[in-house]
Order: sequence, then structure tokens, then C-alpha cells
Amino acid sequence: MDLALLTEQLLNGVQFGVMLFLMAAGLTLVFGVMGLINLAHGSLYMIGAFFCATVAAATGSFWLGLVASLAGAAAAGAIIEIAVVRRLYDRDHLDQVLATFALILIFSEGTRWVFGSFPLYLDIPKVLQGAVALPGGSQYPVYRLAIIIVGLAIAFGLYLLISRTRLGMRIRAGESDREMIAALGVDIRNLYTVVFALGAALAGFAGAMVGALQSVQVGMGEPVLILAFVVIVIGGIGSIKGALIGSILVGVVDTMGRFLLPEFFELFMPPSQANSVGSALASMAIYILMALILALRPQGLFAARA
Amino acid sequence: MKKLIAASLIGLSMSVASVAVATAEPVKVGMITTLSGGGAGLGVDVRDGFMLAAKLAGNDDLEVIVEDDARKPELAVQLADKMIQADKVDILTGIIWSNLAMAVVPGAVAQDVIYISPNAGPSQLAGAGCNPNYFNAAWQNDNLHEAMGAYANTAGYAKSFILAPNYPAGKDALTGYKRFYEGDVADEVYTKLGQTDYAAEIAQIRASDADSVYFFLPGGMGIAFMKQYAQSGVDKPVLGPAFSFDQGILGAVGDAALGVKNTSQWSKDIDNPANKQFVEEFQKEYGRLPSLYASQGFDTANLILSAMNKADVKDMDAFRAALKEADFDSVRGDFEFANNNHPIQDIYVREVVKEGDVLTNKIIGMGLENHTDAYAKDCKM
Amino acid sequence: MKSMISRESIFNAVLLLALLAAPYIALQMDEPFYVSLATRVAILALAGVGLNIALGFGGMVSFGHAAFFGVGGYVAGILSQHAFNYEPLMTWPFTIEGTNQMLVIWPVALVVCALLALAIGSIALRTSGVYFIMITLAFAQMIYYFAISWPAYGGEDGLSIYVRNTFPSLNTMNPMSFFLICYAVLIVCLVLSMLIRDSRFGAALQVARQNEVRLASTGIAPFRIRLVAFVISAAITGLAGALYADLNRFVSPSSLSWHMSGEIMVFVILGGVGRLFGPVAGAALFIVFEFYLGGVTEHWQLFLGLVLLCVVLFARGGLIGLIAGRARHG
Repeated sequence: MDLALLTEQLLNGVQFGVMLFLMAAGLTLVFGVMGLINLAHGSLYMIGAFFCATVAAATGSFWLGLVASLAGAAAAGAIIEIAVVRRLYDRDHLDQVLATFALILIFSEGTRWVFGSFPLYLDIPKVLQGAVALPGGSQYPVYRLAIIIVGLAIAFGLYLLISRTRLGMRIRAGESDREMIAALGVDIRNLYTVVFALGAALAGFAGAMVGALQSVQVGMGEPVLILAFVVIVIGGIGSIKGALIGSILVGVVDTMGRFLLPEFFELFMPPSQANSVGSALASMAIYILMALILALRPQGLFAARA
Repeated sequence: MKKLIAASLIGLSMSVASVAVATAEPVKVGMITTLSGGGAGLGVDVRDGFMLAAKLAGNDDLEVIVEDDARKPELAVQLADKMIQADKVDILTGIIWSNLAMAVVPGAVAQDVIYISPNAGPSQLAGAGCNPNYFNAAWQNDNLHEAMGAYANTAGYAKSFILAPNYPAGKDALTGYKRFYEGDVADEVYTKLGQTDYAAEIAQIRASDADSVYFFLPGGMGIAFMKQYAQSGVDKPVLGPAFSFDQGILGAVGDAALGVKNTSQWSKDIDNPANKQFVEEFQKEYGRLPSLYASQGFDTANLILSAMNKADVKDMDAFRAALKEADFDSVRGDFEFANNNHPIQDIYVREVVKEGDVLTNKIIGMGLENHTDAYAKDCKM
Repeated sequence: MKSMISRESIFNAVLLLALLAAPYIALQMDEPFYVSLATRVAILALAGVGLNIALGFGGMVSFGHAAFFGVGGYVAGILSQHAFNYEPLMTWPFTIEGTNQMLVIWPVALVVCALLALAIGSIALRTSGVYFIMITLAFAQMIYYFAISWPAYGGEDGLSIYVRNTFPSLNTMNPMSFFLICYAVLIVCLVLSMLIRDSRFGAALQVARQNEVRLASTGIAPFRIRLVAFVISAAITGLAGALYADLNRFVSPSSLSWHMSGEIMVFVILGGVGRLFGPVAGAALFIVFEFYLGGVTEHWQLFLGLVLLCVVLFARGGLIGLIAGRARHG
């Protein structure tokens, strides 16, 4: 195994992690401020991808599609918040899980009703196609580098938003004391709608970015959703910083596990069997990681409210 | 339920003269297929192909009940129970996935219901577990992979990197490829089922000294792999079975698929009258190009119709014998059943090409001629 | 108050009788399929009864009960496969043979699931709230991926049970006999869960849910109480899984998936959380929905989602809550 391959895999892990962060950030924000578990976050991811694919197909521009994914997912988020989610804030987690589980069914089947059963086409824009040479001799896809940069930029933007702006101040206030900010005259209902729509937009954006790289189809949000939950639980629910570190950790562990575990088992097993055992273990790796972390730190790595 | 009983179709084709129909009793077919959730496209194609054949034949003794299994094995079992016990169907068909087939088929054929598979062909049902009531009108699961293994030799590949999801069909696929492939294997990688990011695997491919890549990643997994592979700058040629390059998926893969060789028992450009009619009528009826799944649904219906013309479905022995003769014009050309009721057929090598703006496949050669599966010899029929 | 409780009891009695009567009527009408539909209701209700002990009585929102449901099913599948092939399950350090006796399979399923729950619970119960929901989900996912990729028992293809396992002096292949077995198991577990609810243990569990500090001040460790309840809950769900495998004559990883966990939860909520008979009502309602709605439209899952949403938003007590009024628990 050479250093170039190892670097490339590490980069892959980081890129996967950054992508997860876009999903996890919205999820953890919504939980931190409103105390809501939103299983339908994966549906917003799917909605973003479908908006992007449709608009890109109609206009021929991926960038317009990207804008549409942000706007469409934000709008869908706002509508869900006003129509359904608003009623769930003072319910227990059980009701929230169930209601948002129902939303998944509605969105998945509704999308299929509108768009049909076949996956949609969405491709990477021309300027981001192809690969660039990395120091060390190997090549790396431009688009994946772009995802890393955009993801980190969004993480930084979120940090600025929360620490420097008026909205961020209200969000922080909402996290620590809900009655208080209501008493201060902040319209908490609007604040909640805005926060939810922001989380939805992030998810939709992630869906569009990733959709171009993977496939745009019904149900695409579910595997990512579960990973995003693993991330925020590891990072500490409600903490943006935790979400970022959790995502990178999960991304790297998953990627390196897939790559290294089969090689490890090859040391004392025939290759075919080693691959099978190694990849079985790799597919369980992040769940094992999560169980270990929670066993040691039941509130995750960076609990927002201990 | 979704009672798409063929009655409406029959009205349309009253003018077609029905040829000496030997059946006294109507034949009731229960179709359990995936119409909702992930992978619904395959079920929709099989159903549409089947219904098109029923409509073209205009035989009002064929009655079809279609139900959605949502790709859940438990639901498929429940529907099979219902169709056998409540609807009293004579024939079951429609299942797309091997794991659902394994849940339904052994129980159904044991209750003396005929099952005709329009897509899945797990090895357990082809070898020692074969059954006179089980027919496969598509392929045994290994077939397309075997053909690609044979083609890899012809094309002169000597070191393949092979890749599939870590589940039984994935392992069968790579075993099938290796059965005919004579070169070396650079690496054999199993991925997580449902995985959509292949950066780690592509990096391994890049780092390996392979001269070709063989992958079996059905559905969304294949779309994701192809798109990411095209962006990676790795230029080793890619080979795959038709599942990742069928008409329903090609549009979503886009130009990344151009030029890829894949194996299939059917292609839009196979030159025979039955296929010409099928492609034309399918486009007219549904406004899209047919996929290999649609062709399999179409053939399944025609197989049943051909047996109906020869025997009464209530006479099980005669009807089974009539099915086994496979006396119909398959859209794939020559078609007959081996001793284990699985097809003996040609498997072609196709290449993805662009016709105008539409991506589709074109036959470029033969993978395996008159091919039967590796399990037939274990079947005592 | 009193009249409401009795209204619930009447409803419960009607429910049980209806479930018993349905297959008999179906047989009279020569519709044997409805017997297996009723069997399905009984088994899924049993899975819900299991979850209800953790969720309803103990307030532990487990999003991973499919792990126990599926493992119970695999116990039945694996034991009967070994019996079918006449190969022992293991020969070292001692020989364990497969079996096709339900009376052997059930205790094995109970014990295996209980041990599994002990392991999962002792880690998961250190957490609470969302963390608990997610860690139970994570454990179930772990087992799910293991089952898919482990080739010995069929992987994703699942495992067929060629002949339904046997029960002394009954022909289990007869749908009616098998229904009666499942029904009887359901009744036994309902009685058991009633005894648990009304016992001192049940009271302690109730307090642990409502006020942990108060319980701890009486010298009882909430962790232990919860763990025991979690284990009992898992064992019952595992038993349901074993019966379900026998009903389908098949078990596969899909019974371990997070969708299954969600569905078992839905049975409990649909009927009414914490109600003794909630899961029975919920499972019956769910199956009837799935069956009839599936007949009306291809897009039945959308309508199922809408109905679920309405139940959560507007009918908080579930079906029983609608009929019998507000529950006495909080």
C-alpha cells in the first residue's frame, strides 16, 4: 500500500464526511433549537435533488438547478413546519418519530407519483468535471474537491451566522431558554419556521450536490438520514461543532474501514473470504463506533446541553 | 389487488381473430411485482411488457391480477397466499428480486401453482431445488456474468478488478464471471448493499494494476458508480451485466455510460419480427423505449399464451408440458427450456451508444451461444 | 372515569372475540386466506405487546425492536434448517442439534433475544431521550448488515423453512391450528403483560418513567428496573418473530430493517400507547389498511402516511383512545 492511495482514501473520507455534515447540520440545528427529531430530513434531501434535476433538465444549467434546490427545499421545509411540525414541538420524541416517519411515506410515494419510478438524470457541470493531479502522483476528481471546499465554507458560514448575526443570537437564545426569548418579544413561531427552512435548505442543497455524483431517485435520502443521525448522536445532539467533527469521523472511519479491513483479514485468510468478512465488518463499523462512543460518553462528544 | 384485470384490454382487440383456442377454462395469472418504493421501475417495466403482450394477443381467457409487493419479502408471501387461496390463481409471476422469489416460490410450487419467473433466477431453484412447477423465462442469475467472463477472454483482458455488493446475488455474480474468465483477478471487492459512494473503491481500482473492471451493482448503486468512475480520471475499461445499462437507468447515468460493454440476452436491435413489433408497440403504448425487463415480461406473457393454445390449465401435466415446449416467438430470438426449466439462449454483448439524444444499446458481438446454466446438471428432471 | 375504563374493557373483549371469530367466519365463507391474515394480525400484535412493555409502560422509545423480531425469526429458521438437513448446529464443545419442535424453538428464541437485549440494554440504557432512540437503531442496523452479508444462512436471500415447525398433537400446516397456536400465545403474553403492569415491578417501572429521582430515593435503581423491562419486552418480540418466520415459512434480513422497527412502533401507537390491548388494535388496523388500501391504489403508502400523521396529530390516544377516551396514564 502506498502513500498516494492512503492520502486519496483519507481525502475520500473527508469528502464523505463533509457531505454528511450538510445533512447533519440541519438535523442538529432543528434539534438544538426546537428539540425536534426529524426523520423526514432525508425527504428534504431527496426534494432538493429532484428540484435540481428538474430545473437543470429544463434550463440546461446545473447552477440554476442548485438555486432551485435551495429554494425548493426551503419552501418545502417552511410548508412542513407550518402545516405539521409546529404541532410536534411540545410532544414527546415518540410522537415526533412517528409523525415524521409518516412524512417519509408521504414524500417518497408522492414524489414517485409525480416523477415516476425511474431515476432522473443530473450531471456534474462542465467546469467541475474531470480530475486533477494531486501531489504524490495520483489524481482526484475536481467535483469531490469542490464538495469539500463548499462544505467547509458552509460550515464556516454557519459559524458566522450563529455567532455574529441577529438571527444567530436568537437561535442561541432559543437553544438555552425558550420562554425567555418569547418574553423578549421575539416572534418565536417565525424564528422556528426560519430555522426549519434553513435546515431544509441545507439538506436540499446536499441532495442536489450529491445527486449529481450519485443518483437522483426515490428513497435516496434514507441511507443518508440514518448516517446523519449517527453523526449527530456521536457529535452530541444540538451541537454544530459536534456535527462537523462527528461527520468527518464517520466519513473517515467508514471509508478507511471499507478499504483497510479486507486487507487486514487477508493477512490470515484466503482473499475471497477475507473480502467478504472484511466488508461485512466495514458495513457495521460506524455503528460499532457509535455504540463505543455512547457507552463511554452517553451524551456524545460535544453535548450542547449537558 | 390493483385489479388491472385485462378486461379493458380485451375490448380493444376484439377484431383480432382468435386462433383455435384449446382452453376451456380461463387462465388466472397473479402478478406480484414491485410497483412502489425503490426499484419500482423494474416492476413497472415487467408489468407493462406483460400487459402489452396480453393486449396484442387479445385472448380474453387470460385474466391478470396485479399486486404491489413494495420489495418486502413478507408482503410478497402474504400476497402469494392471498392469490392462491382467495383468488385461486393458476399461475403466479412477476417477482423481480431473488430474495422475494426465494420467499414465495418454494411455497407456491409446493401448492401446485405454476410459477414463471420474469426476472429473478436464484441458483437454489435451478439446481437440486428445481421443480416441475417452476419456469424461468428470463435467465439464471449467473448467466449474464458468465457471458461477460467469456467476452473478457475474447477481448484479451488478463487482469480484472471485480466488484459487487456483499450479498448472495453479488457473490453469485462474481462467481459467474470467474467461471468463464480465464485471466487473473487483480482484486475482488465487496461493497455494502445500497452503498452510493464509491470513492474508496475507485481509488483502489486506480491503485491496482488491473486492465479491466467488472462490476455488478444493480439500480441506483450502478448509476452512482458509473458517474463517479467517469469523473475519477481512471481509464480502465468497464464491463458489466445489462442491469446497470438498461433503458430505465441509462438516462440517469448519462454520457458516463457511453461505450461501456454489457451483456444481455435481449437488445432493442435484435433482428426478428417479434422484437420489431414489441419495440414499436411498446413505444406506441407507453411512450418510452422498452428495457430488458419489459422484454422479459412480454416473453412471459407470450409463453403463457402459447401454452393456453395447446392445453387446458386444469390439466396440470399437459399444461406444464405445453409450457416446456416454449412454442412462442421470443423477442430475444431462439429460446428453449433446459431440463431444469431455465432458458437455453444466446447472450449478446452490447455497447452503449447514442441515437440522436437518446442513450441506448447496440449489439456488438456474442457472449455465449446457446448457453445454459451451470446448475442444470444438478437438477433431476 | 369508571365508565371509561369499563368502556375500554368492553372494547378489548370485543377485539379479542372478533380476532378469534374472524378466521372461523372466513372458513365458513370458504375464504381460507383470511385465516392467515388473522394469524398475521395476532403475531404482529404480539410483537407490539412486547414493545409496549418497554415503550408504553417504561417510556423507553426503542427504535430497534426489529433486531429482536428478526433474531427470533432466525432462531426458528436456523434450528429448523439444521433439523431438516440432519446436521448439528455445533459439535464443539458439546453437540447441539437442530429441532423442528416449536416448544423447543420458542424457549430458545426467548433466551437468545433476552441475552441480546441484556447486552444492548446495558449499553443503551446508559443513555436517554434521543440518544436512546438512536443507539437502539444503531444496534439493529449492526445486526441487519451482519445478516445481509453473512453467507451461512442465506444472507439477503433469507432462509426458507420448508416444512412449518411442529407442535405436539396439532397439524401446524393447517392454517386454523396455526392461528389458534398464535392466538393462544398472544393471550398468554397479554395476561403476562397485564400482570407486569399491575405488579410492584410495574409500578416501579411507571415511577421510573415519570420521576426517576423519586424512584432512586426509595432505594430502587431505575437502571435495573428498566433493563429488566427491556429484556422482557425484547423476549416477547423475539417470540413473535419466531412465529412470524413459521407463518411465512421464511425469514430474511428485511425483518431486521429499521422499517420493521418503525412498523412495530406504529402498531403500538395506532392502537394507543401504554394500553394493554393497544398493539392488538393497532396491528389489526394496520394490516387491514395495508391490505385494503393496497387494493385501491398503487400509491397506498402515501395514504398510509396521511392516516398515520392524522393519528399522531389529532388522535393522541390511538384507536382505543378514540373509542374509550383519555387513558389513565400520563
